[in-house]
Amino acid sequence: MTARSLIIEETPLVLYCLRRADDALILGHRLSEWCGHGPTLEEDMALSNMGLDLLGQARSLYSYAADVEGRGATEDGYAYLREERQYRNLLLAEQPNGDFAQTIARQFFYAAFADLFWRAMTSSADDTLAAIACKSEKEMAYHLRHSAEWVIRLGDGTGESHARMQAAVAAMWSFTGEMFAMDDAERELIEQGKAIDLGPLRDGWRATVSDVLRTATLDMPASSWMQQGGRAGRHGEYLGHILAELQHLQRSYPGAAW
Amino acid sequence: MMENKMMPLWEVFIRSRNGLAHKHVGSLHATDSKMAVQAARDVYTRRGEGLSIWVVPSAAIVASDPSDKAMMFEPAESKVYRHPTFYEVPDEIGHM
Amino acid sequence: MYTQALNATDSQIQPVEDMSQAAAFQARIDAEERIEANDWMPETYRRTLARQISQHAHSEIVGMLPEGNWITRAPSLRRKAALLAKVQDECGHGLYLYAAAETLGISREQFFGQLLSGNAKYSSIFNYPATTWADIGAIGWLVDGAAIMNQIPLCRCSYGPYARAMIRVCKEESFHQRQGFEIMVTLSRGTGEQKAMAQDALNRWWWPCLMMFGPPDTVSEHSDASMAWKIKRFSNDELRQKFVDATVPQAQHLGLMLPDPDLRFDEASGHWLYGEIDWNEFKQVLAGNGPCNRDRLAARRKAHAEGAWVRDAAAAHALKQMRAAV
Repeated sequence: MTARSLIIEETPLVLYCLRRADDALILGHRLSEWCGHGPTLEEDMALSNMGLDLLGQARSLYSYAADVEGRGATEDGYAYLREERQYRNLLLAEQPNGDFAQTIARQFFYAAFADLFWRAMTSSADDTLAAIACKSEKEMAYHLRHSAEWVIRLGDGTGESHARMQAAVAAMWSFTGEMFAMDDAERELIEQGKAIDLGPLRDGWRATVSDVLRTATLDMPASSWMQQGGRAGRHGEYLGHILAELQHLQRSYPGAAW
Repeated sequence: MMENKMMPLWEVFIRSRNGLAHKHVGSLHATDSKMAVQAARDVYTRRGEGLSIWVVPSAAIVASDPSDKAMMFEPAESKVYRHPTFYEVPDEIGHM
Repeated sequence: MYTQALNATDSQIQPVEDMSQAAAFQARIDAEERIEANDWMPETYRRTLARQISQHAHSEIVGMLPEGNWITRAPSLRRKAALLAKVQDECGHGLYLYAAAETLGISREQFFGQLLSGNAKYSSIFNYPATTWADIGAIGWLVDGAAIMNQIPLCRCSYGPYARAMIRVCKEESFHQRQGFEIMVTLSRGTGEQKAMAQDALNRWWWPCLMMFGPPDTVSEHSDASMAWKIKRFSNDELRQKFVDATVPQAQHLGLMLPDPDLRFDEASGHWLYGEIDWNEFKQVLAGNGPCNRDRLAARRKAHAEGAWVRDAAAAHALKQMRAAV
């Protein structure tokens, strides 16, 4: 016997919350995998702090989605009882930790986006989202600063670190386009002033990324092909493994409280 | 040993509230001052302990020699006239 | 988390030191004065402390591994956040403790070297596997409970940097045992399967937790000097008894059975008397033959080795910046 998966009424606002919550949960989950294995004790602490920030963001967003959906769902229901195809996170978030350079590239690309995103969302017409944005914006500003400092150190550091950082930037690059993608559901919310238009964020993101990469003596990838699918529940092979671990107990002992 | 020199020790001072002085809270290792400030934030302010951080390379701290303790500090102990309780003021004057 | 089991006094070599200095030092200790890093101290005091504090630090860092094993599988987001924050705290505690040990003139890198080469010891408890979610409850409740018994007296340790680190550790750890006990409460009031999971975890962790306090006083040869120096303020058996007395009513509250048929309350002494501890098992685990000794060291070695290029890169960047600034 396994626990039944949740059936969700994905109104535009519920979907919007779940997408951002899933980004935060899955990326936070990835960061939590570092705990106890970081390159220094100091960085072990930093990675867990970022993971906890993201986990907190995910919980606020799931709780709000549950309120909006109004069918008795809970944060844990969304996290533990949805199938892989129901997860809406960016493909970027589910990419494996790889070496420390890959973790940093993933964090840097995401934070450079999320920092702008949440800052813009502080003026959302939806009060709850605006409040979540106020908190998240500060957290992501720090993630951006911290990860950018590492991009610079790894890019500029040694021959080996430069090569690893450049490879990590290249590996993560094709997952960055999806951050700016919008569909009809989001456009509806944008018209209501609840969501923000992601198009104008692109230039700011590019400027931050190119500044930091230049300081780090790294090349901006030339490739323009971008992977997509996470927002619609089409994931790579990694997410299934994440969920197999994450959902193990809830699936194995249906209905139990923990 | 090589690595030790390259990842020096820093002393961390935190101001817990405006109006209070920075207080020594501990140490950490970092390669440079920016990373030291960030590490201090991540290590020593996880429970809202601070509003401001100072980091100082441990090697930059000059300390008095403990064996000079008598010479350095005991002479001050006999200067009782520096303290308000040394002086007598009539009770009816009250607090002064 | 703490390892009193290992705080062996380094007493092989007694260097010839100025006897009046040693007497003055002991007088300061007896007067409850704190010793600070630059103060004169007997070499054996310094070595004993360096060993004890670094073993304590190693225990925190290795102690991240069994619980870290469940971070990605925590059964609710609330539990996941609490567990991640707790294991992160252990990293912080290791960090504070290495820093305290470094004041004795040995670098963190050297202490790491001792751990990774297998020459340093850490608490025996972390060589047991955390195989079910209930183990996370049992570790928080029992292992952290035992640790608190050990750590609170250390806040008054004669060595200032160690005592200050311990004050910070104890303050932060206050939530650790509570989160563990809360997990045990939830499981023991849950389904039959959950209750069985909780009982099984208790069965496996109880005896190793009693061993955490170290050999019985009758055979513990190292306590005297540490007691005289006020590095240690209670004997192994005293602390073990305190732990048992505190834990029995908690187990009763949970409706779980402690796996000791000889456990009984002694009216005369007011203590819970416990059965024979298998000291051979303890010795085997300390000797490297616990179920997870190899895995724990391998995990630490892997993290250290895989982080080397990162540390090198940061150092190289700092050097370039310094040269550019000149």
